[in-house]
Amino acid sequence: MDWFPEFFRPHLPVLVVILPLFGGLLAPFTALIRRGGGIFAWLWTALITAAVFVCATVLLYDVHTGGEAITYRLGSWPEQYGIGYTVDSLNAYVIFVVALIAFLATIYAKDSVIDEIVIDRHHLFYTVWMLAIAGLLGITVTGDTFNIYVLLEISSLTVYTLIAMGGERDRRALVASLKYLVLGSIGATFILLGIGYLLMLTGTLNMADMHAKLVEMHQAGELAGNKTVMVSFAFLMVGLSLKMALFPLHLWLPNAYTYAPSSVSALVASTATKVGVYMTFRFVFTIYGGGVFDSGEDLHFLALCASAGIVVSSFSAIRQVNVKRVLAYSSVGQIAYIVLGFSLANQDGVTASVIHIFNHAVIKGGMFMAIGAVALRMGGTSVDDIKGIGKRMPLTAAAFTVGGCGLIGVPLTAGFVSKWYLVVGTMQEGYWYLAFVVLLGGVLALIYVWRLIEMIWFHEPVDPDKEVEEAPLSMLIPMWILIGASVFFGVNASWTADSAAAAARLLLAGGM
Amino acid sequence: MSLGHFNYWLAIAIIMIGFYGVIARKNLLKQAIALGLFQTGVFLFYVSMGVVRTDEGEPGMAPIWTDAAKTGPFDNPLPHVLMLTAIVVSVSTLAVAVAIIVNIKRRYGTIEEDEILEMDQRDRAQIGS
Repeated sequence: MDWFPEFFRPHLPVLVVILPLFGGLLAPFTALIRRGGGIFAWLWTALITAAVFVCATVLLYDVHTGGEAITYRLGSWPEQYGIGYTVDSLNAYVIFVVALIAFLATIYAKDSVIDEIVIDRHHLFYTVWMLAIAGLLGITVTGDTFNIYVLLEISSLTVYTLIAMGGERDRRALVASLKYLVLGSIGATFILLGIGYLLMLTGTLNMADMHAKLVEMHQAGELAGNKTVMVSFAFLMVGLSLKMALFPLHLWLPNAYTYAPSSVSALVASTATKVGVYMTFRFVFTIYGGGVFDSGEDLHFLALCASAGIVVSSFSAIRQVNVKRVLAYSSVGQIAYIVLGFSLANQDGVTASVIHIFNHAVIKGGMFMAIGAVALRMGGTSVDDIKGIGKRMPLTAAAFTVGGCGLIGVPLTAGFVSKWYLVVGTMQEGYWYLAFVVLLGGVLALIYVWRLIEMIWFHEPVDPDKEVEEAPLSMLIPMWILIGASVFFGVNASWTADSAAAAARLLLAGGM
Repeated sequence: MSLGHFNYWLAIAIIMIGFYGVIARKNLLKQAIALGLFQTGVFLFYVSMGVVRTDEGEPGMAPIWTDAAKTGPFDNPLPHVLMLTAIVVSVSTLAVAVAIIVNIKRRYGTIEEDEILEMDQRDRAQIGS
């Protein structure tokens, strides 16, 4: 990738954050050209997210070819005093996923936003949209714990706002958004408390420094029975579990995803919880790594929560009459797979988690895009609306079907690859019951996905006389890129598996 | 020992009172206020953390270096600075919460959580989904 200008190359880690941050702040000015910004607000957003995607791709390439972590010091301050951005093979990968989804979701948003958001607020919608992306990328790129908290709040506050924008069509979006706000703020404040205890113990906010100090204390035997470190770990785990919607702290998620505007569901469902999982990786393996709190026994409670989450959320998904809510409950289950993987704390388990971050992001992003296209053409997302769309919107229906196969974990889809690693990981630890839960989750997914697929292809439409056409190209292309990626990386998983294995080795070595 | 840490006890007490308010109150605005209280407790916790004492129990000085005769101990300014940012975050959270509550009041005509839930259930019974 030599074509990328040398001048910008050293600044890539910060560019992925400041581009959407300032791009978002400039977006309201598109209202000067046309009332509400209209197409100009969208064009500006597409331009910025495309630039971010290019930066993220080059960053990933640089990290993979360089083989070493890239450190960026803001204002040239040393990391101990200032804020350091550190990009290694784990977060370069997550940044790439988030940037990819952000770009495709922006392309997708064009028609869905025109349909769902009041015409004179598009410039504000895209402002908040880009700030959310900036927050999510910022969490992923930073190496400073307090910076994580601030960027977490940036991304959370903007996501609450985006969800509340669904209130134009359905007032329940407002209540869902407020519930998410209350629970999300509690989660973030718990994380802040946890960081505070860590600061008391180590006197630093930088992750690498914290890790070094904790390991030093651990080896000197000072951490045995130390309440401060235990309390910090407990607060962080509860806060992070709320943020990534781990069962039983997932109650905000189903309503928030269901009533959000379609494009917001696609963006948030495939990035926000993944970034939560990434934070958990960082806290568990990078900060508490090296034997402090990162063994399988320490994390076994998470594995139990995750197993319960897989089963309970899948049963909830079976009963739903709103398709978006089925997908939302399925997200709770899929997050639980990711948590189950890393709570094993072995190579294959963590690899499964990292792979599934990508696989679930593309599958669920594609499926939410498909159901958003149905919402655009049919005006709703209940099971009555999808009946018979196989004949009316074949491309959308096919995308939904292929995505559904990925959720089940059918061979030749990306979901199968993740589950394979996950089952191997559980077997290595001798947890047969966990392997059983993973397979049971697949069977339950088969039930709730098949129920929808049957309605799509084999049921007659509720109102056969209605004229319904296929979704516009601006929706079909991003949808099929994501669904295509889920099939491509299901057949040829070498790129995702290698990147994930490299990230897992790095995490288990307890390093940055 | 316990008395020496009374400000931590106080901070945790405020956090828990706020937390209780978020869970127990049915009025959405009261929930938002309780959430603010919950976060304020954490600010106090951080501010307490920055304070240092000499071995004789004398409090540390403000970390402003004005004349060379003062050699410390100085309070740690870092947690205090962090809380400036956190206060901004907390105010923004409250602003977003109140904006959403205003919209809820417009669309539902009430800000009592149980009444809203009842209205949603009635809607669901009528339309389905």
